[in-house]
Amino acid sequence: MAKVLMKGNEAVGAAAIKAGCRYFFGYPITPSSEIPEYMAKAMPEVGGVFLQAESEIAAINMVYGAGGAGARVMTASSSPGISLKQEGITYCAGAEVPCVIVNMMRGGPGLGSIQPGQADYYQSTRGGGNGDYRTLCYAPASIQEIVDYVMLAFDKADYYRNPVLVIADGMIGQMMEAVEFKDREKIELPPKDWATTGTGGKRKPNKVNSLYLQAEQLEIHNKRLQQKYKEMEENEVLYEAYGLEDAEVVCVAYGTTSRIVKSAMKLAEEKGIKTGIIRPITVWPFPYDVFKEIGPKAKGILAVEMSGGQIVDDVKIGIEGRLPVYFNGTTGGMVPTPGSILASIEKIAGGTK
Amino acid sequence: MAKGRTTFNDDACKGCELCVSVCPVKIIELDKERINSKGYSPAYVTDQEKCIACGNCAIMCPDSVITVERL
Amino acid sequence: MAIVYEKSKGLTDTPFHYCPGCTHGIIHKLVAESLVELGVLGEAIGVAPVGCSVLAYEYFNCDMQEAAHGRAPAVATGIKRVHPDKVVFAYQGDGDLASIGTAEVVHAAHRGEKITTIFVNNAIYGMTGGQMAPTTLVGQRSTTSPFGRDEAHCGKPIRIAEMLATIDGAKFVERVAVNSPANVRKAKKAIKRAFECQLAGKGFAIVEVLSTCPTNWGFTPVKALEWLKDNMIPYYPLGNFRDFEEEK
Repeated sequence: MAKVLMKGNEAVGAAAIKAGCRYFFGYPITPSSEIPEYMAKAMPEVGGVFLQAESEIAAINMVYGAGGAGARVMTASSSPGISLKQEGITYCAGAEVPCVIVNMMRGGPGLGSIQPGQADYYQSTRGGGNGDYRTLCYAPASIQEIVDYVMLAFDKADYYRNPVLVIADGMIGQMMEAVEFKDREKIELPPKDWATTGTGGKRKPNKVNSLYLQAEQLEIHNKRLQQKYKEMEENEVLYEAYGLEDAEVVCVAYGTTSRIVKSAMKLAEEKGIKTGIIRPITVWPFPYDVFKEIGPKAKGILAVEMSGGQIVDDVKIGIEGRLPVYFNGTTGGMVPTPGSILASIEKIAGGTK
Repeated sequence: MAKGRTTFNDDACKGCELCVSVCPVKIIELDKERINSKGYSPAYVTDQEKCIACGNCAIMCPDSVITVERL
Repeated sequence: MAIVYEKSKGLTDTPFHYCPGCTHGIIHKLVAESLVELGVLGEAIGVAPVGCSVLAYEYFNCDMQEAAHGRAPAVATGIKRVHPDKVVFAYQGDGDLASIGTAEVVHAAHRGEKITTIFVNNAIYGMTGGQMAPTTLVGQRSTTSPFGRDEAHCGKPIRIAEMLATIDGAKFVERVAVNSPANVRKAKKAIKRAFECQLAGKGFAIVEVLSTCPTNWGFTPVKALEWLKDNMIPYYPLGNFRDFEEEK
């Protein structure tokens, strides 16, 4: 299929529809409003439903209803809106309702700013709402990856009966790039025989529910959920990594930041410093194992994120204390520059050669 | 001659007496001699002959304990 | 010999967990009987709330989803948009619908969402132990209004039926009570009609049902029925506020 030029937020919508999503419930918020705008036009064309909810809370609960009723369904928002959706996301996780949630992240805390940010990392990778749960979370770094991983997210949501997050900073949402809608590998998915579709008088009622009043029952349920998350950790880790074997400095970054890091790595190379990169594509599950591939020349790890350093925790878990971990970050909507990242690389490497 | 028959699913009764309060012929009481599996004294009909099969008791029963038949 | 009354097939065999004399049980029966009599039990998908009736998903003999507190109308919206040919209902209490979920019910009504809402108003929070509800009467004691609800401090109780009747998308709005056999029969009629409103594709339908909470009111079940009649009905007048055929 030919490449088409698309804005990140529009690509989210186009990919969702391509993946068979026919229901979108959302509430406008900068910098993700183009997603509901796209869906408002595109959904009627494919016989789907776009509905602007009265709030993000209502939107995610409509998602819960539609997902529980067996449909492929999505919502999208940006940071403060995603905070409001946490109630619904934990209910989806508890009741095992598949759905896809896109977060075009902006600066925080509170109302923060409308500029790009990556400070929802903890919220995205540690569950986000109440209770013991995890959500598979993709962090695309290009518009092509938005297309690829939004489509994959729907399959994984159905496969695991779990909410799946796609997080990108607002810059990716606004950026335009050429994308291709590739044919996807077909994943064998179980039938949704648990969904609320009406019994038709032919079967026992289905219940979509996260309440287990008996402690023993809830523990059984939670253990099963934990088993499912373990399975995701074993099978769903995605990352890009190169230059680890002989790197003096290994950078860790995802999303837009990883692209800036790659520019800085080129500058470092010109100065004779060997660098490598680990770019998580799934931030949960995190690619901890790849840190074992870092060679003996490495002097330190540099984590880069548009935050106060949230990803550092996972980098430290991955490196298991073998190397010092440094951080170069920007917040408030400021974007790191290649020059600033280069300076950090040089410092860790012990100066230019 | 009785017009109706009222049967109680004794073990589902919580002894709330709503049926007692709405019976127009006053033939329902709690059986204080008995305790059901829930720990309540269940309602029963004192004089089946007087039942007029109006259904009031069953309509008001929150726990669907009562079946009423017209003879 | 004819059956005058028996347990509805619209209910499962699971015994209700409600306190003795709690009229939630009566209202459950009316919903179940209505679905059966309209021949749509197999097409029904219900949404249970958070509150005393949180376990409603165990009692209705149809597909059910358990919603977060107050979000039942949004959940029902999601279901109905996926299955426009099914009969979708939300069963909510007064804390759920009239407090934490006010936005959801107002906007479901405003969109003319083709769902049926059963709103149980017992003027108190039952499940959490008798706290003040938005529907608690002025002067009524609860665990969070120990000296009686003070209008100057927290306002007067909210009248949901009257409020929703001002919204165009609400096509059927009625308030009923279950304090006597006659009123229960009227309540049944209203609930059935609220489902007919959905089946006719008219729009949002709601029945507010005045209900008792003997445990937290501190009365016997029979005395609670009297208290409802003497105190709630004067403030929450019974009657129809909107009927879909009247608009023709």
